[in-house]
Amino acid sequence: MSDPVIKVRGLCKDYVMGTNVVHALRDVDLEIHRGEFVAIMGPSGSGKSTFMNVIGCLDRPTAGQYWLDGQEVQGMTDNQLAEVRNRTIGFVFQTYNLLPRTTALKNVELPLMYAGVKDRHKRAAEALERVGLGQRMDHKPNELSGGQQQRVAIARAIVNDPVLILGDEPTGNLDTRTGEEVMALFQELNRQCKTVVLVTHEQDIAEHCKRIVRFRDGRIQSDEPVANPVDARDIIATLPTADDAVA
Amino acid sequence: MTFGDSLVSAMRAVTANKLRSALTMLGVVIGVGSVIAMIGIGEGTKKKSLEELEVMGSNRITVSPNWQRGRGQSGNDASTLRMEDVERLKRNVPAIRHITGVVSSRWGGQSMVKFGANNKRTSVTGAEPQIRFIENATKMHSGTWWDEEDNELMNRKAVLGYTVYEELFGQDNAIGATVKINNQNFEVAGVVDFKGGTGWNNPDEQVYIPLRTAQNRLLGTKERLNMITLQAMDSTILEEVQRQVEDTLASTRRSATGEDLFRVFNQAESLQMIQTQSTLLSLLLAGIASVSLLVGGIGIMNIMLVSVTERTREIGLRKALGAKKDTVLVQFLLESVVMCLLGGAVGIVLGTFAVRIVADALQVPQVINATAVMIAFGFSMVVGVFFGLYPAVRASNLQPIEALRHE
Repeated sequence: MSDPVIKVRGLCKDYVMGTNVVHALRDVDLEIHRGEFVAIMGPSGSGKSTFMNVIGCLDRPTAGQYWLDGQEVQGMTDNQLAEVRNRTIGFVFQTYNLLPRTTALKNVELPLMYAGVKDRHKRAAEALERVGLGQRMDHKPNELSGGQQQRVAIARAIVNDPVLILGDEPTGNLDTRTGEEVMALFQELNRQCKTVVLVTHEQDIAEHCKRIVRFRDGRIQSDEPVANPVDARDIIATLPTADDAVA
Repeated sequence: MTFGDSLVSAMRAVTANKLRSALTMLGVVIGVGSVIAMIGIGEGTKKKSLEELEVMGSNRITVSPNWQRGRGQSGNDASTLRMEDVERLKRNVPAIRHITGVVSSRWGGQSMVKFGANNKRTSVTGAEPQIRFIENATKMHSGTWWDEEDNELMNRKAVLGYTVYEELFGQDNAIGATVKINNQNFEVAGVVDFKGGTGWNNPDEQVYIPLRTAQNRLLGTKERLNMITLQAMDSTILEEVQRQVEDTLASTRRSATGEDLFRVFNQAESLQMIQTQSTLLSLLLAGIASVSLLVGGIGIMNIMLVSVTERTREIGLRKALGAKKDTVLVQFLLESVVMCLLGGAVGIVLGTFAVRIVADALQVPQVINATAVMIAFGFSMVVGVFFGLYPAVRASNLQPIEALRHE
């Protein structure tokens, strides 16, 4: 079997708040393998976001080891981490984080630009078509609905063909229908063998995944597979047609 | 990310906030504009002074009485120079090409020149005909110069400077006409072509009459001269000729106490003085202008710091997507450089206009110095890098997670 996409051993993260030390992560061990679809859950303050930031290489752990796609991340320089984020991870944020006044196409091109890719126009257009926004490439974020903006963000996350897609509450700002549509997209990506890890506090959303890892007080409380993951396509079929159906 | 990508990104950022960018650039516009304008005006003034010197004739040495060491009198009476000094100089200093004694109404109040109802107050110069070579006044508008014979015979003939001619005659023919100088009739022999001089000794404002006529009939200076003026063979021997002139005159024109009763000036000294003064003036003006460029730079730094703070989330996002430190650094540095260069370009255009307007007003030639333009442009780039560096470094050092969390 190949290396796990994510392998952490004894991961700790402490924050110093004034004179107090907050232990956000305490001795976390976890492995996530290729093709998995994992939901990370837990109440606020449980450490799930901290865990997410560490495995996304946005933050460094205080102690412990982390192998991403077989590569030990520990001891990498800022620039090496930037390269890892660029090539190995695709981020989807709760607030989309698109560049304003910049077309969907240009937003999706951004990771390609930092990767120094040549035919980025073509590849960005393909990514947008994969998320069903082929018709809206020249729209700016303020001309798109929330669901559409999140699709642009997903296109941006997949454009560099990363091993891992990380979603931080990706449906948190969306209504039920568009949330389901975004989840359908993640499920589709997972069927195409992408490893997807989502942080969410919504049970409904988590049940779309194949495995749920629950955090509490900086530790893993439970880690169990989902018996019958919900298929977002089935739910969409039962919902009444929304006013702003995504094109 | 290529340099082109960074440049496009910087342009986008600059144009995103048009008013703010424009106001920020204004500091650089004014800075660069004033550097260009100040250097241009300084250089124009210098050029004008040099041109004026040229108009007065080149390689000139003048000998004038030493007023302070004279007999305590002023005006014509004080002069100790005589025609015999001119003769002695002719004999003893071989490198003299032309020489003449000069008397002028300049020292005793100006003269009134009249033709019909028109009159003009100006200075009348009495000299030998060689004056036309020394003062570079051989090019005639009309007529000819009076000659040595006119001088010998003390004929009342005059050659007019162009401005004098124009004010008395308009565009009419003046040759052969009779003008009154201090109520004496003079026949106009010629008019010197326009030379474009200005100021106290403007050749266009001169009336030239034969030396002996002036000494004996008009100004009454008799044997005295106000000045001896001469042209050396070559500019390179000006100092040597000056020394010979001083030595020759020292033998006779010295007071009882052994002080020289004359003073010798050569044109090279005036030239040097003008150049030193103009260079100082240019430097001073450019210095003042540089201060405004500095202030413009501080404005850029200020707004770039605001921009980095405002765009913290954007920087975090870019880093999350794989932007390296240098990429962020270059992006923000280019923003300030682009603003400075745009401001510099506008400043050069406005500065050029300013030079035109001021040069017109001061009647000095327009000098748009290519070097000044290059320096100003280069300087604005340096300002952009210097004042953009600190904000850009701050942006590049942001930690992605903290930047993403920033509200």
